[in-house]
Amino acid sequence: MAGKTLFDKIWDKHVVHEVKNGPQALYIDRHFIHEVTSPQAFNGLRQRGIGVFRPEKTVATADHNVPTENQHLPIKDQLSRHQVNTLIENCKEFGVELYGLGHPYQGIVHVIGPELGITQPGMTIVCGDSHTSTHGAFGNIAFGIGTSEVEQVFATQCILQKKPMKMKIQIDGELKKGVVSKDIILHIISMLTTSGCTGYFVEFMGTTIQGLSMEARMTICNMSIEMGARGGMIAPDETTFEYMKGREFAPKGDAWEKKLAYWKTLKTDEDAVFDKEFYFNAEDIDPMITYGTNPAMGIGITGNVPATFNGSTDQGLKKALQYMDLQGGSQLLGKKIDYVFIGSCTNSRIEDLRLVAELVKGKKKADHVHAMIIPGSRQVELQARAEGLDKILEGAGFELRQPGCSACLGMNEDKVPKGKYCVSTSNRNFEGRQGPGARTMLASPLTAAAAAINGYITDVREMID
Amino acid sequence: MEKFTTLISTCVPVPLQDVDTDQIIPARFLKATTREGFGDNLFCDWRYKEDGQPNEDFVLNDDTYKGQILVAGKNFGCGSSREHAAWAIYDYGFKVVVSSFFADIFKNNALNNGLLPVQVTDVFLDQLFSTIEDDPEAEIRISLEDQEISIIGSNLTENFEINPYKKLCLQKGYDDIDFLLSKIDEIEKYELVEED
Ligand code: SF4
Repeated sequence: MAGKTLFDKIWDKHVVHEVKNGPQALYIDRHFIHEVTSPQAFNGLRQRGIGVFRPEKTVATADHNVPTENQHLPIKDQLSRHQVNTLIENCKEFGVELYGLGHPYQGIVHVIGPELGITQPGMTIVCGDSHTSTHGAFGNIAFGIGTSEVEQVFATQCILQKKPMKMKIQIDGELKKGVVSKDIILHIISMLTTSGCTGYFVEFMGTTIQGLSMEARMTICNMSIEMGARGGMIAPDETTFEYMKGREFAPKGDAWEKKLAYWKTLKTDEDAVFDKEFYFNAEDIDPMITYGTNPAMGIGITGNVPATFNGSTDQGLKKALQYMDLQGGSQLLGKKIDYVFIGSCTNSRIEDLRLVAELVKGKKKADHVHAMIIPGSRQVELQARAEGLDKILEGAGFELRQPGCSACLGMNEDKVPKGKYCVSTSNRNFEGRQGPGARTMLASPLTAAAAAINGYITDVREMID
Repeated sequence: MEKFTTLISTCVPVPLQDVDTDQIIPARFLKATTREGFGDNLFCDWRYKEDGQPNEDFVLNDDTYKGQILVAGKNFGCGSSREHAAWAIYDYGFKVVVSSFFADIFKNNALNNGLLPVQVTDVFLDQLFSTIEDDPEAEIRISLEDQEISIIGSNLTENFEINPYKKLCLQKGYDDIDFLLSKIDEIEKYELVEED
């Protein structure tokens, strides 16, 4: 019999019940919630007259809809305030732990789970947010769910799911100068399109992946959803264990040793079979940037905006270029930009802030550019200050704000005005994502920082030696 | 959840690919704490101009097209997991979305809310779009029992896939939570064995 993939091993271990000709009931080890996709689920429980079945397995934070300044004051926007207060009340009523505004653990849900050691190898993890795939970097099965499914997990700690197919994406070789994990995933998405992995769960492997830090791995798994995948994962290794050791909620002492022994078994067997495989070469990857209105519309920084697009109709490309006010065949290099947003669950971790700080140290952003940095969590913010990154960043004219999703989805005040170009380290460049009419170009923290300094799209390789 | 059996209706066409959930319902409308009322903001940024006036070019403001079936291009519902997208479509009055491909989470969300995603072939979808363009009054019949979509008055018909369990849920109007709650004993047993 053929061996099992890592995905199979974890999935199969969590199946509680199988519906004949139907989905499987999967047991969920950790459930994260936030203010936007949980209120209707709590309401559902009330209507059914039931409580949260295993409240200790759910952790809440406020991130999507929070202001990124003056977090100690009441939220100004009435609807946002109501939504955040509803979360506080719901958590109290149903006995769920909340790391809300002002809490030292508050932050973007996909940043705090890993940094607190709540996210662990071998687990099943869900959250009412598509970028839950981020947690898969630790070798677990993590995926986004809808609000009805949030209610399922509340009510039963299980979720009914059809088992996805398995895909392997292997990347080997050494990254070129100025190329980071964000470029890897933008490159892959541009090749596989936004629906190229729909129905699949992806395992990333290969020497390039093995060489990445946990932060960098999270960036890759984070964006696996942008090619339609149910989620992405990376087998745990020494880098994973090193990162986890001593974290707040990571096991300690004997419990650590016991878990560690188990975690070390978590890998795909040599003879396991995937339903689909793709191979990439790290040397082929340049710093990437998107020109269009979905994350697959990306090119190498020195490339030309295409005049035709494989995954989409010409009509789609035409509409995208019209929205972005760009010409097919033109270059993006040198294009003047207005905003730079460094943040979101894709690139707001301490490593991202360090990368940016290193690049902008002693330099100044261009006068016309608004550059903001939104740390992923309170802990990241404090760490950045402790390392003196705040001085460097502020010295370069970047505004360092308080943690939250911010301009990644523009639910709070942090929006990009209509028609303005924003180089963003987030994960989505959909029409209006950063505010109605905003024009988003996705890139790595390095490429974003370089654009902030020069005031136009820049090949970051020219700025480093 | 409401039951679904058979539907006969005219269609509203949105012939675009990769319609993402940020277009279906922009994030700034996600501040509500209940499920109701999202239909008013369905496709908001395409539907209304900046001054709040209806954009006549968009199909929802075009009286020619009405009905309970939304027909959209390939890869419908990609992007965020927001169930608000399914709520908005349903709240607006659609009962079915037809496309040649659906994003995973959207499909689940739709099914969990009594909104039927009907996946057809690219060829059928093209035929459907051109039929609607030629005759906006053309009616479509969708039978969940037979898993069949047909263009009435033509011989164009196609079968669609749906998981037997999900089909039953829709037909009976019951949901996953009812089902899982009936398995609580099994879940507790699992916890005893698997938990450390
Ligand atoms: S940072 Fe953006 S993508 Fe990440 S959870 Fe928040 S809104 Fe979603």
